[in-house]
Amino acid sequence: MTAVVTGIGVAAPNGLGTDAYWQATLAGRGGLRPLTRFDASSYPSRVAGEIPDFEAAEHLPSRLLPQTDRMTRLALFAAEGALGDAGLRTEELPRYGVGVVTAASGGGVEFGQRELQALWSQGKEHVSAYQSFAWFYAVNSGQISIRHGLRGPSGVLVTEQAGGIDALGHARRHIRRGTPVVVSGGVDGALCPWGWVPQIATGLLSTTTDPERAYLPFASDAGGYVPGEGGAILVLEDDEQARARGARRYGEVAGYAATLDPAPGSGRPPGLLRAVRLALDDAGIGPDEVDVVFADGAAVPELDRIESDALTELFGPYGVPVTVPKSMTGRLFAGAALDTATALLAIRDGLIPPTAPVDGPAAEHRIDLVTGAPRPARLRTALVLARGYGGFNSALVLRGCTDTTESEETTR
Amino acid sequence: MSVLDLPTLTRILRENAGVDESVDLSGDILDIPFPELGYDSLALLQAIGVIQRDLGVALDDDAASAETPREFLTVVNGGELPSAGNA
Repeated sequence: MTAVVTGIGVAAPNGLGTDAYWQATLAGRGGLRPLTRFDASSYPSRVAGEIPDFEAAEHLPSRLLPQTDRMTRLALFAAEGALGDAGLRTEELPRYGVGVVTAASGGGVEFGQRELQALWSQGKEHVSAYQSFAWFYAVNSGQISIRHGLRGPSGVLVTEQAGGIDALGHARRHIRRGTPVVVSGGVDGALCPWGWVPQIATGLLSTTTDPERAYLPFASDAGGYVPGEGGAILVLEDDEQARARGARRYGEVAGYAATLDPAPGSGRPPGLLRAVRLALDDAGIGPDEVDVVFADGAAVPELDRIESDALTELFGPYGVPVTVPKSMTGRLFAGAALDTATALLAIRDGLIPPTAPVDGPAAEHRIDLVTGAPRPARLRTALVLARGYGGFNSALVLRGCTDTTESEETTR
Repeated sequence: MSVLDLPTLTRILRENAGVDESVDLSGDILDIPFPELGYDSLALLQAIGVIQRDLGVALDDDAASAETPREFLTVVNGGELPSAGNA
């Protein structure tokens, strides 16, 4: 069974909604800003990809507001967008025919911090009953399934910043096992002190205060990454059903693999290259068939080197266009699913978005990094990479659907 | 004397658990089951927490198993049925 993507919903720092995000991304317009969500003046890292214009009450029923962390509100926004985009009437599908598989990194930590502060400063009477689940890393899957009445197989994957890709890989398993539709992806966010401090502790965060220079993947002055909030929810669907109902198909999830890095000091190579090879094998293609790579782009020199080495080893020096549009959103943790949405939009429009505001790769990275303006290209197959702290490596191969359906022709 | 009347209960629910768009809380809802009003047991727990905190009353778990606003008010008010004037 083939899993295709028929719906995309996006909430990103540089655009709320798929179209706003895609237009900003093509224009190289970033969403990194000095942190405003909490007083970050005493922290070494003070820039983040904040979503500035999301008023939850405009998008969600009031019953959901007291019980949701911000990342869940954004996830519900994105899920509604994805289901609407897919044009699915979920009530017409089999009762257990729609599953939900999302990714998370730490859960609703902003909600959790507020309630824990209430607990130790005011007492248990001041803790919200909704703390029982609002912090939980599986909560986005749960709230999406409840709101839309989706009773199929559900789950959550927690692999730090690789989870957005792993969720899509797992969603494809459900499609292959016979669930016709799975709502999947990841929307994340932890822009509060409790979410911020553990990120700083990794030593991988940028301490640059100029948002335009804070997150520069593969650049000679790369100095760490910037966290952001948001992500993407996708609708994965069995290809036969998608064709039968004349759905627009953005592309096929053609290959997926995940590996774990060896223990530090073992002397064995990092697992990223192996993940890419396994994903290409899974898709049944060789490196020569890949038209563009959406790289992980950690902007940590050692991690960038591991990634560019892997790409050079597989594709040859400057052998394939590489882009890191998350330079404009910050790293969204489980929201790395957004890269998959971006790759599908790139395939649709034949445009590779730039790694803005990076001018070009450092000489040691022998990769064809797309910078400046979007690059027109005939795109059939895209490779999306994501890594998470602790050694997670994930690779996803997306392939455009060649034969257009009637609905596609009529909407063009 | 009642510590809690219906308008106060609906205000607390509205402010702390939200309102289902299809429900009119200002109507005659005393005997309408909470699920039909859009509230699950967690919404009641949330309301109970606020009532204990703001009104300074101690409630046991019975309040959370109340099925209607009338039952809830009865438990909170120590078994005293709310008068019609409270509705």
